[in-house]
Amino acid sequence: MEKKNDMPINYYIFLSIALFSIGIVGVLTRRNAIIIFMCVELMLNAVNLMLVAFSKMHYKAALLAGDVNGTAGTDGQLFVFFIMVVAAAEVTVGLAIIVMMYRNIHSVDVNFLNRLKH
Amino acid sequence: MNITQILFWFLSVVAIFSALMVITSKNPVYSVLWLIVTFFSISGHYILLNAQFLAIVNIIVYAGAIMVLFLFVIMLMNLNNETEPQKHRWLKMAGAVAGGCLLLVMVAALKDTDIKNQQAMVNEGTIGLIKNLGKELFTTYVVPFEISSILFLSAMVGAVVIGKKE
Repeated sequence: MEKKNDMPINYYIFLSIALFSIGIVGVLTRRNAIIIFMCVELMLNAVNLMLVAFSKMHYKAALLAGDVNGTAGTDGQLFVFFIMVVAAAEVTVGLAIIVMMYRNIHSVDVNFLNRLKH
Repeated sequence: MNITQILFWFLSVVAIFSALMVITSKNPVYSVLWLIVTFFSISGHYILLNAQFLAIVNIIVYAGAIMVLFLFVIMLMNLNNETEPQKHRWLKMAGAVAGGCLLLVMVAALKDTDIKNQQAMVNEGTIGLIKNLGKELFTTYVVPFEISSILFLSAMVGAVVIGKKE
């Protein structure tokens, strides 16, 4: 097991935190509902990247502990798969709501939606 | 600095730059296109981590299906620079400061954790391949897998019901 092929887990943590924070800044600074929705997707992807990196970290730890043909860390990647499934379902319903909102008030500006009535 | 590290830094810079372009572009269509670049670079990270199944699924589902849906809706509504609502300058600054504070706090909290000596295995390891993931998905996780199909069905019905003209 040569060391040169591995990346420190810290780098992945910081990259994911950066992407997640960019998503949060997007949600806070934009008024277009579609862009806000896209920033939520960006945050989901940051978490996915983190889960995959942790899964490979656990796999390496299990290998070093002597578990040669083990499958430690598989759960993390399957969680990412399920997050993608839920995100796809979420996007269909969310975009349907946004299209409906556009049909009623002819805008995607979230500032028009702060009263729950019109 | 070997090829793996060069690729890691390159993909990281591309991901963060394109994510910043997503939130700073005035035109929503450009935002969607930059988000596709972000998803491709994240897929590159998955390939680097030898999670090949997730890399392909990420490209097909996210960059392929979901982003096309976004692009379709934006073009349907004919959004562009002129119709894009803008927040007040001070509110934008407050949002950026809030996000920056979160970044600062998380990095400060996590930079000295016990985990920092751990390494993520790059370029090798077979757990990310379809053989292992498929076996696990259809044995241990078969119930959640079937439930997710019901979730898809209900999302489909929900989208049709919401989008229907009454």
